[in-house]
Amino acid sequence: MRALRFKHSSVLPGFGLTMGLAVLYLSLIVLIPLSGLFLKTATITWHHFWAIVLNPRALASYRLTFGAALVGAAVNAIFGFIVAWSLVRYHFPGRRILDAAVDLPFALPTAVSGIALTALYAPNGWIGRLLAPYGIKTAFSPLGVAIAMTFIGLPFVVRTLQPAIEDLDAGMEEAASTLGASRFQTFRQVIFPFILPAAITGFAMAFARALGEYGSVIFISGNMPMRTEISSLLIVAKLEQFDYAGATAIAVVILVVSFVLLLTINLTQWWFSRRLGRSRA
Amino acid sequence: MKANRVARSDPRWLRAVLISVTILFLGLFLFLPLLTVFLEALRKGVGAYFASFADPDARSAILLTLLTAAIAVPANLVFGLMASWAIAKFEFKGKNLLITLIDLPFAVSPVIAGLVYVLMFGAQGWIGPWLEAHHVQIIFAVPGIVLATVFVTFPFIARELIPLMQEQDTDDEYAAISLGASGWQTFRRVTLPNVKWALLYGVILCNARAMGEFGAVSVVSGHIRGLTDTMPLHVEILYNEYNFVAAFAVASLLALLALVTLIAKTVLESRLESGEQANEAVAMEMVHEY
Repeated sequence: MRALRFKHSSVLPGFGLTMGLAVLYLSLIVLIPLSGLFLKTATITWHHFWAIVLNPRALASYRLTFGAALVGAAVNAIFGFIVAWSLVRYHFPGRRILDAAVDLPFALPTAVSGIALTALYAPNGWIGRLLAPYGIKTAFSPLGVAIAMTFIGLPFVVRTLQPAIEDLDAGMEEAASTLGASRFQTFRQVIFPFILPAAITGFAMAFARALGEYGSVIFISGNMPMRTEISSLLIVAKLEQFDYAGATAIAVVILVVSFVLLLTINLTQWWFSRRLGRSRA
Repeated sequence: MKANRVARSDPRWLRAVLISVTILFLGLFLFLPLLTVFLEALRKGVGAYFASFADPDARSAILLTLLTAAIAVPANLVFGLMASWAIAKFEFKGKNLLITLIDLPFAVSPVIAGLVYVLMFGAQGWIGPWLEAHHVQIIFAVPGIVLATVFVTFPFIARELIPLMQEQDTDDEYAAISLGASGWQTFRRVTLPNVKWALLYGVILCNARAMGEFGAVSVVSGHIRGLTDTMPLHVEILYNEYNFVAAFAVASLLALLALVTLIAKTVLESRLESGEQANEAVAMEMVHEY
């Protein structure tokens, strides 16, 4: 048993087998291929790497991707809160169906959402037709990218806010009301601080998801370089020209940003849960 | 009780406004796109709709999607069970790191997931020349599609099982072992029944993603009609050829899959919740017996 000293002894069997095979499979499918990406980056010279990632076309794609993802996450933070609040606090006909439907953007394949949103927002589509007379172009413009990113980010915000709203302490709201606070004051000073961590987490998750999104965006965006080309599409465009170094460099930028974002989400959650845990104790 | 309700309830007008905003927002962003898929697919009538599926390329796309899911889901199911057994039933160093690594594919954008396999197995990839010398093709072929799908659906089942199995402690398993059951018997008769709904839940989500994956598969597929086209890729090809009815017809099958997934998910969630309540009830009884 010396070899397995990192594990506490147990009478249950199968640790070596299941752990060994699970780690092997994890390495073959995820870890080795992913490290190949970073190794590939190491074969590009420092100068070449910066020339690729700071190229004007790449910079335009980051601006669009980050900007639209930010708009999408912000819209979701506001409307997602209203949706989550209504679904948790109010009882109205159709509530259960609406609640189940929130997960649709998870379940619907991204190519399907992509062509459906494009059909709706194209100049001859149901919504596009209404907006066209006012000179508002949605499909094939940065606004279309933001709409698609709002669609795919929605479940993240609603699903992180719902449990937070359910967990609100009824006693605190009652106390605030008894002490003479208006409903608005109660919301601002009692409810809001408690759901803020969940709102931030949901916002960041929707933002991270939107950064890497591909399928639901490429149909509605129109894919014009420098104008409506997202970073994921730029990676694909470089791959199609067999420019592997270029594709890898852009991919590393996006991947590092997503990892940093997720790390921040986890740290914030940990920090907030410690702070709330202390203030409650 | 009455003061309680008043303190936590919003004014009637606010309630009406928020519910209306909720219905409008979800209607605009969820129901309208879903409705569009079916209306566009049926735009030229039921005949044209069903004619879309007579196309041999559409059929081979459907078959390839089914094949891909039939490999990716069981592979990730076996992995999920092994990983959760090792993580939930034993104490060892580095457990949190392992859980984080299992979640890693969620943080990788689909296009990048495809890219890492191109860099590994493609003609210019790390082991591409060796594969070529041995006449094995992975990229622009079915194995690449399966691998990319396995990657993006990797955490789905494991992440449903691990927290649940961690919550249920090892008492049941210890009892079974001490009564003389083998490890496999313990797993099959004790552990598996305890997690069956969570398992099914994970399988359903994993399957939906496996059949619907677009970005990762698009990068490794090479888009060869009738050979390396899955359903989502076929939707793209038809759409780019302005064959909208056929594109939305294939898309409508995927949308139906999504609806079935959502219904199954909702039903299973209520089961999982009642299971938790049952567990809590059992725990309460045990407390009372003491």
